[in-house]
Amino acid sequence: MTETGAQSVGAAEPGDRVSGDVSLDTRTIQQINEAGISLKGVTKRYGDKAVVDDIDLVIEPGEFMTLLGPSGSGKTTTLNMIAGFADVTEGLLHIHGKPVAKLPAHKRDIGMVFQNYALFPHMTVEENVAYPLQRRKMPKAEQRKRIAESLQMVRLAEYGGRYPAELSGGQQQRAALARALVYNPRVLLMDEPLGALDKKLREWLQMEIKRIHQEVGSTFVYVTHDQEEALSLSDRIAVFNNGKIEQVGTGVELYEHPDTLFVGRFLGESSVLRAPSSTATVRDGNTTLAVGDHHVTVPGERRGVESLAVLVRPENLSLELPGYVPASSTENALPVTVKTATYLGVGWRYDVVLFDGTSGIVRTPNDATRFGPGDQAIVTWDVRHGVLLEDLGEGDESTT
Amino acid sequence: MTMKRVLIAFSVLVIFLLIVPTLVIVPISFNASPSFDFPPKGWSLQWYENFLTDREWLKALGNSVLVAILTAIVATVAGVLASLGLSRLKFRGKSLLENYFLAPMIVPGIVIAIGLYSLFIRLDLLGTIPGFVFAHTIVALPLVIINVMASLQGVDPRLAQAAASLGASKARTFFTVTLPLIVPGVTAGALFAFVTSFDEIILSLFIQDPSLQTLPVKIYRSVTQSTDPTVAAVAVVTMAVSVVVMLAAQLATRKRKALT
Repeated sequence: MTETGAQSVGAAEPGDRVSGDVSLDTRTIQQINEAGISLKGVTKRYGDKAVVDDIDLVIEPGEFMTLLGPSGSGKTTTLNMIAGFADVTEGLLHIHGKPVAKLPAHKRDIGMVFQNYALFPHMTVEENVAYPLQRRKMPKAEQRKRIAESLQMVRLAEYGGRYPAELSGGQQQRAALARALVYNPRVLLMDEPLGALDKKLREWLQMEIKRIHQEVGSTFVYVTHDQEEALSLSDRIAVFNNGKIEQVGTGVELYEHPDTLFVGRFLGESSVLRAPSSTATVRDGNTTLAVGDHHVTVPGERRGVESLAVLVRPENLSLELPGYVPASSTENALPVTVKTATYLGVGWRYDVVLFDGTSGIVRTPNDATRFGPGDQAIVTWDVRHGVLLEDLGEGDESTT
Repeated sequence: MTMKRVLIAFSVLVIFLLIVPTLVIVPISFNASPSFDFPPKGWSLQWYENFLTDREWLKALGNSVLVAILTAIVATVAGVLASLGLSRLKFRGKSLLENYFLAPMIVPGIVIAIGLYSLFIRLDLLGTIPGFVFAHTIVALPLVIINVMASLQGVDPRLAQAAASLGASKARTFFTVTLPLIVPGVTAGALFAFVTSFDEIILSLFIQDPSLQTLPVKIYRSVTQSTDPTVAAVAVVTMAVSVVVMLAAQLATRKRKALT
């Protein structure tokens, strides 16, 4: 579990908004009060099964946080608990320092965007956007102004009189965004909002969502299983797996310095070498592992684990002709066979196999030496680019 | 090709057989002589005049309309609430409860009638408007539930979640989102309930007393006791009401399909 948000704790006195739970220390109380959304030991159980298992997460005010994970990892349940659609079995849930675990959904002052848009089909776009304002008993004139502004923001100003069924999927989702933002909620929750749209529209709406986030400055919590979407949108990403959070960090942190093999493999493409830790030797802060007759060196060390893994990103690997001799001890080299070569425009992608059957992915620029299927080659990478992780024996199926 | 013609002929025959006994009553109601002769020997509107001027017939018609309206209201409110619970909540024995609500459609009317009779004697509900409404609601409820449940099936449960996230309480969500979307089903259910009550005879025969009779009961009495063709006129009026209401129900359901 990764501790996050600690850097934001200043010298201020502990707040008094969290009370009644004497077991919390002052630092935790302060963290809860300063957070946009705070989850402490939050658990959701259905019967005996914990769908969300004792998670801690601090989301800063105004932050764009993405909950990323495969289906069934607990990310949507977590979002539903924040929204108030699912009860919290155990733990503390605070929104802007206010305990909300027992508060019904309609009193939490959050906005929510659903994958299927969930626009009211019997109301026009304008009536949909007016709905939350009517619930707040806002004066009519103010309502009209706000509706016009928010439709302007999602670029649907001319579509106010249309019914949802008369709009395209992308337009419907923008109408849903306008409806969820028109009352300036401090928190906006989004549950795979672009999941039902095609790729081009998705990418355009990603940019729109990013722009709107910067415009309104609310805290956004975004659920997706699409790692590219997570990387392009988020300030920080929480990676979920089996009801737990594996790691929280910026896209760069997660991609370049994953804490677990799961995180490394879930974000982006990677090649993974596995070796029992009995073959490892540690020198000068580097670990060297035996892979067959060859040796692979990685920065760092991991003690007390049974099996180790080395993860390298495809863009950090290069392919050389057989007979290539590593320039120095700072370079790893392993003989491989090229299985497929794919031209991507920006460069080439090679799927390669090691002598022991381990597969790997290499991306090379267009000016690098070219290889074809069946060619022998030497795959090389700078020692600094390997990440040493514990191998928990997860499956080998590659994640996209 | 010939096979197709045979099928068409057969279908026409079946339709004909289904509707003839019902339609025979129409010419009889315009009969000039005081008999059930078919075909009639002359034409007149005297039986309709009889019906509309006879205080007893009019009282029975008034009772029927009142009971049918009250039954429609009670059955619709109860049916909508039951449907909401059955479709939106998860609990043990849910399908059992659903079947329980629909049971009056399968249980023979006479069984319900005898049960109600012995119950109503004790509760002093025989020959009262509340007694009629209560009895008719039992048999009308399944029709409301079937129609409303079908409507609710087409309403995405996430709309209620969306309404909650936008600040609407459960009650507010029901009146502003769920109800407007199931109006066609509710309307159809209410109309079915009205017709069911308006036509109901088995339970009514057990519950009626001389001071309070509904139209079907009075028709039955009249047919078994005399050969007054006024009954035919009453039957035609009853049938017309049912047909109009059922057509309205059909229309309501069609609107629902057009919306989604």
